[in-house]
Amino acid sequence: MIEVKNVRKGFGDKTVLNGVSVNMEAGKCNLIIGASGSGKTVFMKCMVGLLVPDEGEICYNGKNFTGLNDEEKKEIRQQIGMLFQGSALFDSLTVEQNIMFPLNMFTNDSLSKKLKRVNEVLERVRLKDVNKKFPAELSGGMKKRVGIARAIVLNPNYLFVDEPNSGLDPQTSLVIDKLVKEITTEYNITTVVNTHDMNSVMEIGDHIIFMYQGKKEWEGSNKEIIFNKNERLNEFIFASEFLKDAKDMRMLEQTGKIDQNRDMDKLIK
Amino acid sequence: MTLFTEFGRYLLLIKGMFSKPENWKMYWKELMLQCNEIGIGSLGIVVIISFFMGAVSALQTAYQLVSPVIPMSTVAQIVRDTVILEFAPTLVCIVLAGVVGSKIASELGNMRVSEQIDALEIMGINTKAYLVLPKILAALITIPLLVVISAGLGIYGGQLASTMSGILSPNQYEVGLLQNFQQYNVFFALVKAYTFAFIISSIPAYYGYYVQGGALEIGRSSTKAVVVSCVAILFADYVLAAILLQ
Repeated sequence: MIEVKNVRKGFGDKTVLNGVSVNMEAGKCNLIIGASGSGKTVFMKCMVGLLVPDEGEICYNGKNFTGLNDEEKKEIRQQIGMLFQGSALFDSLTVEQNIMFPLNMFTNDSLSKKLKRVNEVLERVRLKDVNKKFPAELSGGMKKRVGIARAIVLNPNYLFVDEPNSGLDPQTSLVIDKLVKEITTEYNITTVVNTHDMNSVMEIGDHIIFMYQGKKEWEGSNKEIIFNKNERLNEFIFASEFLKDAKDMRMLEQTGKIDQNRDMDKLIK
Repeated sequence: MTLFTEFGRYLLLIKGMFSKPENWKMYWKELMLQCNEIGIGSLGIVVIISFFMGAVSALQTAYQLVSPVIPMSTVAQIVRDTVILEFAPTLVCIVLAGVVGSKIASELGNMRVSEQIDALEIMGINTKAYLVLPKILAALITIPLLVVISAGLGIYGGQLASTMSGILSPNQYEVGLLQNFQQYNVFFALVKAYTFAFIISSIPAYYGYYVQGGALEIGRSSTKAVVVSCVAILFADYVLAAILLQ
């Protein structure tokens, strides 16, 4: 579990995070959503320690990460896996070498054992015959899956995923979302996903945090988000007229004002 | 950013490199890789430059030695001293600042922009130690060796050019080479080589490590790294000559 307590972060005069407090629950997909510039990425960078908050605490299982020295931080970081927006695979290494890198650095296992583990995680992310390929030879979706494989190879307790669907088609996005969800449940890890893709929100959002201008504006689940009364959140989710109409229709169905079993073919004719 | 802020950040980068490696074997592997990249990778250009540098130096010295009082074997002596004192350490290192410096800056810059450095940090790896230190150590190991090779080839190039053009016989050249030889000059050349090796590797590493932006910024930082390294080499060259050649 990750507890974030009153985190503030600014750059010069500009305050990007303004007292954010939230609990990221274990075994769940915790989604941070919000418009561009709302502070999602800075928030995630603060959580993983790439940025140091100006104020506040980030506790991993009760241990205040922000108060630790570099050596102590390393111990927690070795329990963190992260999938970056651009996958961040090492260009000069093959897929196999990329995934094996954390194993080489932090374990003294034999080569055969490491290879076995690499193949296990590759199978877990449903990739075959890519071991000897370089990142440049892979599609965007495959890169993301290799990124996930590298992130989970050391069995992390925490998984951070930054914009998993950026640059992917809806079908591949769905595959990545499902994979993240499955891994979270299977390994009972605390997963934090940074996204503004509403498909992901509805698909995997066990716990959703909506950020607005550096503050936590709303918190809830994917079941609660549709009928939320928060104006800013609704403006963000139902940005297009089409989605607004779809929501109104769903509301009318729920209240019984429209027949849920109506014949759509007849309506269209 | 002011000069002092930049210099402070540069010193912090150097300080941050010294921590216990997460895995000695991986650091050793990286060091060997960098030795190969910097040393073997630059050998070709060093060989070509050194050879022609010595040859041209011999021909031009002979052209200027018009006095009948000065023996022609002095050409070899002048070639030897200029190559050892200045050409091999300084000229070769300025060329290496372009070859090695731009490579280091663009490699680290690309890793920074594509979040590969962040990925390593999140794994719990000290990226300053893992990415920058092996490059500096590799430069400190290989660049003085390249300077020694360069000095040898420069002197040989001078011999070949002066004998082929009929200025000196091989024997006369050898006599000249042994005239008034001072071992201190070799020591001075090596001090320069180690100093320049540190400059060539650490300054581009700084510019690459802290790059922000995209492809354009990587290019800019790479150019800036080479320019600053060259100026730093020339400045250090003057300071070392002023201190050590009194």
